[in-house]
Amino acid sequence: MTTKKFMYVNRRAPYGTIYAWEALEVVLIGAAFEQDVSMAFVDDGVFQLLKGQDTSGIDMKNFSPTYSALGDYEVTKIYVEKESLEERGLTLDDLQHLVWEDEDEDWAEKDSIRLVSRAELAEVFAGQDVMFNF
Amino acid sequence: MKLTVQVNEGPYQHQASDSAYHFTKAALEKGHEIFRVFFYHDGVNNGTRLTTPPQDDRNVVARWSELAEKHDLDLVICVAAAQRRGIVDEGEAERNGKDATNIAPGFRISGLGQLIEGGIQSDRLVVFGD
Repeated sequence: MTTKKFMYVNRRAPYGTIYAWEALEVVLIGAAFEQDVSMAFVDDGVFQLLKGQDTSGIDMKNFSPTYSALGDYEVTKIYVEKESLEERGLTLDDLQHLVWEDEDEDWAEKDSIRLVSRAELAEVFAGQDVMFNF
Repeated sequence: MKLTVQVNEGPYQHQASDSAYHFTKAALEKGHEIFRVFFYHDGVNNGTRLTTPPQDDRNVVARWSELAEKHDLDLVICVAAAQRRGIVDEGEAERNGKDATNIAPGFRISGLGQLIEGGIQSDRLVVFGD
């Protein structure tokens, strides 16, 4: 089967709309197709990766633990836009520590998150075959 | 060119479904191949035959059905998104114990894999939504 570069772009906060959760559903299903998958978090999308989310006050499912499973689905390239974090007063320390295990290096644990500038992310986007926007 | 079209918003609320329809129709008229149209998020609401728009307005749902019949289009509604929003065909009604169906002619309900396959098989995935 053809392998294409798939990029899932997440632009919205996690609970105000369903886009973030339904985007994650696409990524998880899509993992079975063994494509070259990346995800990007920009604008309010960076809030999706915040650690310590508590949704008990809004009666919605807290799906944020699902992001830590992405490594097991071989989603290992997670781009976070630096400017989006800064504009919201956030740093990488505010986000979950997402990792994957590299089977070529005796299952060494590696960071999934790649902090990139807006300009760098534009270059990453330019190299993709299929772009999903959520 | 072989295209897959993704529709992420519902009819009347948002222009995305109108734009997706006009794009699909124009692409077909120009001789392009539409591999699939995939309805996701509130876009699944484009596939209910129970809509009754005012007579002096366009019928977004019927328009998709007619285009599908004319061009043998594959109009696919995401099952997970459809279950949340109550878009039901006979199979889904039976599986989930529902007392009615509402899927419009020319549409079918299937999984997200159909969207991924569209991305793999097509030259372009064209997404309509916010």
